[in-house]
Amino acid sequence: MLARLWALVIKEFLALLRDKKSRFVLIGPPLIQLLVFGYAATFDLNHIPYAVYNQDSGFASRELLGRFQGSPAFQQVATITHNAQIAPLINNQNALLVLQIGPNFTRDLLLHHPASVQVIIDGRNSNSATLALNYVNSVILSFDTHWAATHHWGKPPAQLVVRSWFNPNLLSRWFIVPGIVALLTLVVTLLVTGLSVAREREQGTFDQLLVTPLNPLEILLGKALPGFIIGALEGAFIILAGVFWFQVPFIGSILALALGMALFLLAAIGIGLMISSIAVTQQQGLLGVFLFLVPAIILSGFATPIANMPKLVQDLTYINPMRYFLVIVRGVFLEGDGFHELWSQYWPLALIALSSMTAAAWLFRHRMQ
Amino acid sequence: MKLQRLRGLIRKEFIQIWRDPSAIAIAFVMPVFLLFLFGYGVSLDARHVPVAVVVDQPSAETSAFIGGLQQSAYFTPQIYGSIQAARQAVMTRRADGILWLRGDFSRQVLQGDTTSIGVFVNGKDANNARILQGYLQGVWQGWLQQRAASAGAALVIPVTGQDRIWFNPALRSRDYLVPGLIAVIMTLIGALLTALVVAREWERGTMEALMASPVTMGEILLGKLIPYFFLGMGGMLLSVALAVWLFAVPLVGSFWVLLLCSSLFLLAALGMGLLISSAAHNQFVAGQIAIIVTFLPAFILSGFIFDIQSMPTAIQVITHIVAARYFVTILQTLFLAGDVWPVILWNSLALALMATFFLGVTLRRSRKRLD
Repeated sequence: MLARLWALVIKEFLALLRDKKSRFVLIGPPLIQLLVFGYAATFDLNHIPYAVYNQDSGFASRELLGRFQGSPAFQQVATITHNAQIAPLINNQNALLVLQIGPNFTRDLLLHHPASVQVIIDGRNSNSATLALNYVNSVILSFDTHWAATHHWGKPPAQLVVRSWFNPNLLSRWFIVPGIVALLTLVVTLLVTGLSVAREREQGTFDQLLVTPLNPLEILLGKALPGFIIGALEGAFIILAGVFWFQVPFIGSILALALGMALFLLAAIGIGLMISSIAVTQQQGLLGVFLFLVPAIILSGFATPIANMPKLVQDLTYINPMRYFLVIVRGVFLEGDGFHELWSQYWPLALIALSSMTAAAWLFRHRMQ
Repeated sequence: MKLQRLRGLIRKEFIQIWRDPSAIAIAFVMPVFLLFLFGYGVSLDARHVPVAVVVDQPSAETSAFIGGLQQSAYFTPQIYGSIQAARQAVMTRRADGILWLRGDFSRQVLQGDTTSIGVFVNGKDANNARILQGYLQGVWQGWLQQRAASAGAALVIPVTGQDRIWFNPALRSRDYLVPGLIAVIMTLIGALLTALVVAREWERGTMEALMASPVTMGEILLGKLIPYFFLGMGGMLLSVALAVWLFAVPLVGSFWVLLLCSSLFLLAALGMGLLISSAAHNQFVAGQIAIIVTFLPAFILSGFIFDIQSMPTAIQVITHIVAARYFVTILQTLFLAGDVWPVILWNSLALALMATFFLGVTLRRSRKRLD
């Protein structure tokens, strides 16, 4: 039985790798995606383009603006002199925000009156706006602390001392790159398994497969193994690239990650084979893969937190294998998780793997008659 | 080019669409499905963030501070008895951060010293952690102002920032995500529609039959382009309707400008699909290339969710060849800001260039040859 299975696996690999184009589809795009997404998928803001409208001629406003000029997060793109210039700058997206300082800024401060800075900001991209406002606030805050200390203002009764664990500089890349491990592993595995049976059906070779001594379970295993091997290899490659190329710290247990990866691959293969058994043509297979893949990515916490979703949608994410694997891969990379911490993620993955495999086997037998 | 032949081809295409409803599904079911999914599934607005609160010695001062936290819709404060227990809560993902008021908090506040409030956030999700930090800072500033006002104490905040947020005052992330989403969806649908149908003709051998007929290659391509253009525009209108009526995103700009820009964009997307299928004569490869070169770049490199200006320069250059980038900018502006002509004209020009490029290259590449 092993020899027969082995022959089928070899045949599957040949079918996948023989054609130059499909070979490229398996190897090229994941690599490109890793590089592009690793660099592009970031929520961090730098060089926020801003304009200054300073009506004050005193030194306090210059001191405050100097702090913005000195910050790498900000980049001044214009200095304006009247109100009418604000709208075009923001509308045409030349500046994300305009800092407007009133004429009495320095005088007010010297008289110990509170002063304010108007921050006019483009809200079209609400996330960038939120973050930019936070940045502006922290610059003003550091100015305040300094001003209060040097100009005899009262001391604030309390100060926030903020520290972040696991990612002290809050780099988005540390969050996104481990996520790409899950994303690309899922994409590749589903593409390999989701179209394999449909391709045979379309080319008419499925009937030939059925008259061989292979029993249905062996055929299914022969279809599953290439997906597992290719998925595992690409996953391992992306993990290595994440550690050595993108310099994301990896502080957890490799074995815990390997177990998670194996369970995740099994779940993905089960789903891929289910799609494959239902689809008659490759187009249907592709549509099926796509219809699963997109919600699986969106509702996994890959880019936006699950906690922000409506309650009903949050409940829906419990059947998504990627949700669990993302926790595993990020936990192992950044939080140093081992088997003990991840147990609550393993068993749902195993459950999904088991049920999708069973369903695939059932569908496969069922569709043959 | 003969109009009659073209009409015949278009008629044939429509009959084929009618018989195999998968194209209709791609054009109409997919946008609805994706809009629902993204519209409800993707949100960057953190609400009710679980924060572990540790108060070493409860007093009037500490409850004034915690009160600010409890009133905020951004937090769900959970009280923990010790910093160790709170730490454990963060480790087991029951809380996203810790706020720690130490034992000497009240005493130092009353004495007029500056005490420090410990804030720890789980930085794993950097974006979320930053938003959480900003929220906590807001609570702290609110508390300072309240204290200054009620105690008549000397003001301790010399300068405050006054935010005026244009176009989306409540900073609802859905308002900016949904317009961008339409661009992402239409990229995918446009490319998928044409990529698969031409590859299908090759795969089934009917392309040879078409070539044996007197129609020219240009007529064949137009015969594909026109039906799927109308199908795609149908999907586009459906998406806009859903955005406005279901997701309540304001459409500030003009509908006709939107329609015009959408047709330009759709031509570029359909052209991309045609180019893909002229390179790949099989549906498997064509479909995969369509997904890989359209959907994921449109998702990540278009500015739909990740700000292009934050990307490394090399990647920023690459985003210029992503058609969705221009359409995302147009849609976000049209929906939220209105008809801002400089933005719309430049981006439309880029779309027109891309459409011309894709359709031109496809036409040049397509010869009546069988190899």
